[in-house]
Amino acid sequence: MTMQTTALAPAERAIRVLGGDLTERSLRQYLEGLSGVDAVGLEQRAASLATRSIKTGSKAWALDRIIELIDLTTLEGADTPGKVRSLVAKALHPDAGDPTTPRVAAVCVYGDMVPVAVEALGAAHGDPDDGLVSVAAVATAFPSGRASLAVKLADTRDAVAAGADEIDMVIDRGAFLAGNYGTVFEQIVAVKDACRRPDGSSASLKVILETGELNTYDNVRRASWLSILAGGDFIKTSTGKVTPAATLPVTLLMLEAVRDWHRLTGEHVGVKPAGGIRTSKDAVRYLVTVAETVGEQWLQPHLFRFGASSLLNDVLLQRQKLRTGHYSGPDYVTID
Amino acid sequence: MTRLTIPKTYKLYIGGKFPRSESGRSYEVLGADGGFLANASLASRKDARDAVVAARAAVPGWSGATAYNRGQVLYRVAEVLEGRRAQFVQEISSSEGVTAAEAGRQVDEAIDTWVWYAGWADKFAQVAGAGNPVAGPYFNLSVPEPTGVVAIVAPQGEASLLGLVRVVAPALVAGNAVVVVADEAHPLSAISLSEVLATSDLPGGVVNVLTGSPAEVAPWLASHSDVDALDLAGAGALEWVDLEIAAAETLTRVMRPEPGVPERSLDRILAFTETKTVWHTKSLI
Amino acid sequence: MKDIEITGRGFLDYAPAPESTAILHLQDSYGLFIDGEFVDGSGGSFATVSPATEKRIAEIAIASEADVDLAVAAARRAHTRTWSKMSGSDRGKYLFRIARLVQERARELAVAESLDNGKPIKESRDTDVPLVAAWFFYYAGWADKLDYAGLGANPRSLGVAAQVIPWNFPLLMLAWKIAPALAAGNTVVLKPAETTPLTALLFAEILQQADLPAGVVNIVTGAGETGAALVRHPDVDKVAFTGSTSVGREIAKAVAGTHKKVTLELGGKAANIVFDDAPIDQAVEGIVNGIFFNQGHVCCAGSRLLVQESIHDEVVDRLKQRLTTLRLGDPLDKNTDIGAINSKEQLDRIRSLSDLGEQEGAERWSAPCEIPENGFWFAPTIFTGVSTSSTIAREEIFGPVLSVLTFRTPAEAIAKANNTPYGLSAGIWSDKGSKILAVADRLRAGVIWANTFNRFDPASPFGGYKESGYGREGGRHGLGAYLAAGGSSSERSERVETKGDNK
Repeated sequence: MTMQTTALAPAERAIRVLGGDLTERSLRQYLEGLSGVDAVGLEQRAASLATRSIKTGSKAWALDRIIELIDLTTLEGADTPGKVRSLVAKALHPDAGDPTTPRVAAVCVYGDMVPVAVEALGAAHGDPDDGLVSVAAVATAFPSGRASLAVKLADTRDAVAAGADEIDMVIDRGAFLAGNYGTVFEQIVAVKDACRRPDGSSASLKVILETGELNTYDNVRRASWLSILAGGDFIKTSTGKVTPAATLPVTLLMLEAVRDWHRLTGEHVGVKPAGGIRTSKDAVRYLVTVAETVGEQWLQPHLFRFGASSLLNDVLLQRQKLRTGHYSGPDYVTID
Repeated sequence: MTRLTIPKTYKLYIGGKFPRSESGRSYEVLGADGGFLANASLASRKDARDAVVAARAAVPGWSGATAYNRGQVLYRVAEVLEGRRAQFVQEISSSEGVTAAEAGRQVDEAIDTWVWYAGWADKFAQVAGAGNPVAGPYFNLSVPEPTGVVAIVAPQGEASLLGLVRVVAPALVAGNAVVVVADEAHPLSAISLSEVLATSDLPGGVVNVLTGSPAEVAPWLASHSDVDALDLAGAGALEWVDLEIAAAETLTRVMRPEPGVPERSLDRILAFTETKTVWHTKSLI
Repeated sequence: MKDIEITGRGFLDYAPAPESTAILHLQDSYGLFIDGEFVDGSGGSFATVSPATEKRIAEIAIASEADVDLAVAAARRAHTRTWSKMSGSDRGKYLFRIARLVQERARELAVAESLDNGKPIKESRDTDVPLVAAWFFYYAGWADKLDYAGLGANPRSLGVAAQVIPWNFPLLMLAWKIAPALAAGNTVVLKPAETTPLTALLFAEILQQADLPAGVVNIVTGAGETGAALVRHPDVDKVAFTGSTSVGREIAKAVAGTHKKVTLELGGKAANIVFDDAPIDQAVEGIVNGIFFNQGHVCCAGSRLLVQESIHDEVVDRLKQRLTTLRLGDPLDKNTDIGAINSKEQLDRIRSLSDLGEQEGAERWSAPCEIPENGFWFAPTIFTGVSTSSTIAREEIFGPVLSVLTFRTPAEAIAKANNTPYGLSAGIWSDKGSKILAVADRLRAGVIWANTFNRFDPASPFGGYKESGYGREGGRHGLGAYLAAGGSSSERSERVETKGDNK
C-alpha cells in the first residue's frame, strides 16, 4: 500500500480539510465518505426547479444577467483569427441595434487564439466586474486530456503567458475512472501552479469534469469535491465535445458541492455549465437553480458562467421581444 | 378385570402453557348422552387478556419465520394430529354423539385442512402480491403481511375439531398469532388439539385456546385495543353486531359470522393480511 | 456589475406569474347531480369560498336525507337496468371517454381545484389532475377483464357504492373512488367535502359530455349530515370513505351488522426515517415533499421525522435553509410552493396543536414568509426536541408542521416508527439496500417509500394498517374492493342474517 500512503502535493484547501498527512488514502477515504446521490430524487428536484415561471421584470433582469454570465465560445479545429475577432466583436456588442445590451463575461478560445482575442479586445480586455471582457483559454490537451503532464503544463503556461485570464482545464477522466484520485488531484494542483503569472497573480482555474464521461452522479460529486480540494476556482461540467454535456441535474449537484464547501469553509467556488444550453428558457432554469441552491449572490461572473455559443442569440431575440412587444426573427441578430 | 382409567384435566392453552383459568372457575362438559365427560376451564376476561399478551409476544417470531418454515410447522401439526387420530375420534364421538366413522371423517378432514393450509404458506403472497408497473423510475412491490393478533370465535355446536381448525389454520398461514374461543359445548377436542400444537414446533403463544363462554369472553376480545382482527365465524348466535361495533373503536378488522363450518379458502388467509406496498427509486446512475 | 435589483428585492422574489382564471366558466350556483341532471336540493345551500381570499366562489346546494334517497334510488335503478347489464368493454369505453375529457379540460380543472381548495396551481396542474386522468385510464382497462381481478371467474359488482371524500385532494379522491367502482360495474353516489365541492360538480359536467347513462354517478353536496345519511342508507351495498379516523370509526360502527362492504382510508402519523448513510440532499427534499406537499393536508404525510442522532443537527440545519426558499402565497401563482390552509377550522386546529407543541417543550421554528392579509395561512414549521410522548408526535396535525425526533439504531427507528395507533405510510432514506428492505419488512404501514416520498400511481395499492383504516385503493387490490366473488360469496351473503340491515 505504499502508493496509497504516498503524500500528495500539499494543496492548501485539502490540508485544511483533510489534515497535514495528505495522502492518496486520506483523499480516497474523504471522497468515498461523501453522501451518496439518489439519481431519481436529484432529477426530480431539478425538474421541479425547471417549472419556475419567470415573468416580466424578473425575466428582463434574468435575460441581461444571462448575457453577463456567458463565456462566448468557439472551440473548433477550423477556428481562424478572423473567426475569433468576429467572436470578440459579438462579445463586446451583442446586439448592434440595442446599445443597452450588456457585454458577455468572457470569450473562450483554444490557447493559440489567445493573442488574437487579447488584441481584438484591446482596452475592453479585463475584469467583467468592471464591464470588461475576459479571455478564457481551454488547456491541458483539451478536450481529451490525453497527454503527458509536461505537455498539459506547457499548454497552460503558454495560454497564461499570452494573456489568458482564465484557464479551462480538463481532468484526467481515465485516471478518475481507474480510481487514481491522487493522479487527478496532483494534475489539478500542478495546473493551478502553472496558472501563476510572474507578478504573483494567477489566472482563474476552471476544472472541467466532463460529467458525461464520469457517468454517475456519485462520480460527479466526488470529482467536484476533488477539484475543489485541489484548488479549482470553478468547477465546470463539460467540454461541449461529449454528450451529454451540461444538464440541469448535474449542475444542481455541482452547485450542492459548492454550497457545501461554502458551509464548511466560507469560501466561494464558481460553477460553469457548458454545452447544450441553447435557449433563454433553459438558461433561466439554471439561474433559478443557482438562486435556490446556493443563493442569488452566486449570480455574478466570478461565481457562475454559461459556456455557450448559440445561447446568446436566443437571449437577444427574447430581449427584443420584451422591448418591442412582438416576436423577433433570426435575421435580426448577427450570426457571430 | 377392568382397569380404572385416568381422566384428563382439561385446561386452557395460553403462551405455550396449560394453565387453569385465573378465575378458578370450571364448567361441566356433558356428552351427547347427557353424561359427565369433564370439567373444562371457564375462561375469564383476564384469561383473555393474558392470551392477547401472549399472542402479541409471539407475533414477531412467527411472522418473522420464513414462509417455508411456517409451512413445515403447519404440516407438522398434521403429522402429530394423524398420530393421535384415535383419541380425537373417541372424544368427538362421545362429545358430539356421532358415530366413530363420522368422527373419523371429521378428524381426517381436519388433518387434510392443516396440510392444505401448510402448502399455502409460501404461495399466498405470490398469488395476492403484485409487482406494480407504476409510471416512473420506481421498483414497486405489494405483498400481503400478517395483520397481527387475530381473535376468533370458533364455530359453535357442530364439528368441534374441524370448525376450530378451519378458522385457526388459515389465520396462522401468513404469520398471525391467534386467540380462539373454542366451541363452548364441545371444548375437549380444542384442548387436545392444543396438546398437538404444543408438540408440533409451533412456538408458544402463536395459538392460544380459551374454553368457556364466548358470550362472556368475546366482548373483551372485540374491544381489546391490541387485537388487530376479529373473526366472528362462530358468533352468529351472540350479539355480534355489538362485537363489531366494539371492534370499530380501534378499527379492528372484522369477519362477520358464517353459518356452519367454513370451507377451506384463500380468502380466509387473505382476510388476516395487510397489503404493504414498497416503492424504491431505480436508476443506473 | 449591476446589483440584483428587480422589484426592490432580488431575483428570488420572482415577479407574479398568475395562472389565468379566464379558462374557468363557473355558474353562480350549483344544484345536486342526480340521475344525470342538476337538480335543486331541498336542504338549503351554502357558499363555497376560496381559502386564499375568503371570497365566495359559488352557491352550493345541501342534499337533505330525501335528496340522498333520490340519489341512491337513481343509482339503484341505473345499476339494475343499465350499468350491471352493460358489457365490460362498454363500461370501459365510458371510463376512457372520461379520462380523455379530464385531459382536455385539465387546466380548467386545475384552476378550479386551486381556487376552491387553496393548493398551489403547480400541484393541481402537475399532480392532482394528471393523476385523475391516469386513474380513469387505468381502471377503464380493467372493466372487461374482471375475471383476472383475483376473485375467480365472473365476479359480481356489489351494487350501489356510497362514497364520501375529503377536501385535501377533492378531484383526485373522486377519481380514486369512482373509477374502480364503475369499472367493477357498481353505480355511485358520491359526497364531496363541504369545503371543496367545486371540481366534483365540474366533473358532473364532464359526465354529461361523456354521455354516461343517467344515475350511474350521482353527486350530492353538503356537510357531515349528508354524508351520514348516505353511509347509513339501507339500500347502499358498499361504503368507501377517505377522511379522519374519528369519522371512519363512526362509519365502521354505523355499518356494523349490515351487509355493506367497507373500505376506509383514514389518518396517519407517518415516520420518515433518515439514516446517517442517506443521500442527504435528496433526503432533505423528501422531508420537504413529505410534510409540506399540499400544505401538509395529506393523510400519508411524513409528519414525524426520525433522524439518526449523529446527523440530526446537520439535517435540521439544511432543512431550515431549504425552507427559506419555499414561497407561500397565491395558490394560482405558478411559483407558489405553499398555498392556503383549506379552512378556518383547520387553521385553528393547526394553530392550537402547534401551540401545544411549544407548551410541551418542543422548540418551534417557522420559515420566514410573509403571510397574506386575507385567507387562511400557516408558515412551514418544524419542531425540534420533540419526544415520542409529545402530543405533536402522536396526533395527526394535517398541516405544514413537522416534528423531529431522533434515534440511534435501526431497531430503535423501527420501534419508534411503529409506536403509533396509525399505520398508513412511512419513509426510509439510506444508500444501503439491504437495510432498506429489512426496515421496510418491519414497518407496520401500508405504503413505504424508500428514498422517495408521496408518490402515487393508479397501479399501486394504497391504504393503511391499524387505525389508518382498511382496504386498498389502486391496482388490482383496489378493484377487488368493489367486487364479490362469482358464486360462493353471494350465496354466503344471502345465507348470513345481516341483523343491522333491519335497524
